Amino acid sequence: MSDRTVELEVLRYNPETDREPHFQRYSVSCPEEWVVLDALNHIKESVDPTLSYRWSCHMAVCGSCGMMINKEPKLACKSFLRDYPGVIRVEPLRHFPVERDLVTVIDDFIAKLASVKPYLIPKQGKPVAEGEYRQTPAQLKRYKQFTLCINCMLCYAACPEYGLIPEYTGPAAIALGRRWNQDSRDGGRGERADVLASKHGIWDCSFVGACSEVCPEHVDPAGAIQQEKIHNMVDWYRVHTMPWLKK
Amino acid sequence: MSSRKPYLREISSEWIFRHPRYLRYLVREFSCLFIGAWTFMAVVGLKRLAEGPDAWAGFLAALRGPASIVFHVVALAITVYHAVTWFNLTPKALPVQMSEEFLPDGVIAGAHYAAWAVVSLALLYFAGAF
Repeated sequence: MSDRTVELEVLRYNPETDREPHFQRYSVSCPEEWVVLDALNHIKESVDPTLSYRWSCHMAVCGSCGMMINKEPKLACKSFLRDYPGVIRVEPLRHFPVERDLVTVIDDFIAKLASVKPYLIPKQGKPVAEGEYRQTPAQLKRYKQFTLCINCMLCYAACPEYGLIPEYTGPAAIALGRRWNQDSRDGGRGERADVLASKHGIWDCSFVGACSEVCPEHVDPAGAIQQEKIHNMVDWYRVHTMPWLKK
Repeated sequence: MSSRKPYLREISSEWIFRHPRYLRYLVREFSCLFIGAWTFMAVVGLKRLAEGPDAWAGFLAALRGPASIVFHVVALAITVYHAVTWFNLTPKALPVQMSEEFLPDGVIAGAHYAAWAVVSLALLYFAGAF
């Protein structure tokens, strides 16, 4: 297989010397089977060691190498160069502050993930001696899809609501909250509602659906958010119109 | 000393043209304006009906004008787009799990189309169309 000379335009930003980011062009001779991450690794190793970006697994599991490739949020390790004719424009993930080059500041996302209490809050606590909390395969399947998130943040970069409303809890965090709310062993729905059903929770979503389209793991956060909306709406009507049903 | 100086890139309306999905979304959202306009027209019709036979006849005559016909054709097309895009999204919002497996998306969306057809036929029946 012959190599192809690929032109990459990479957004560069050095906080120590730059006032604002700028694009830098690299010409790289690439084998056909390379992904964008391979080209970046080649640039860092052989052309420009100052280039900064995150990566780890190179197989769409760790979620580190999310970046904008020709304006779409993508995992660089899953984006084959052969799918991009012409100049390939590589930028840091949208909607996050740029720390340096392709590295973004992800503190806001991490705080939002933690805010939905993504852990088991048992309906009734019991001592370890009484054994594990058990679950059937059907009960597992109810939320399994929402466990597949790799925290790559592509959904946040795709979501215009998050871009316009930085307080919005956002797709991945809400999907994770939904995952625990759907867990048959869990009783933390009310506690999570403080964040999920708040002003900047599910109701900031206008169902653009971009999060689900760009998700590399097919988690479908847009679905999770709409399901949570319906669930909360039913809860509201039950509380306000049928108080006798309240547990 | 920390030399951190995170740069927040400006959010402009550029996102609308970044991918066709964002334009499709905006068309879906703005379709509500036509549905709202048609509903307003229907309320005006009710008011004219309450005002007596002459006012009602005037309203019906206005409906037959070219501007009204163009508006109705456009509003119908946009309403169908609005309905179809929403019905196609229903499997995401209303998944139904039967024992272990989820019902296929087509069944959930199909049920909505079927309900739409039944309600439309009932409406036409009560309006005396057949």
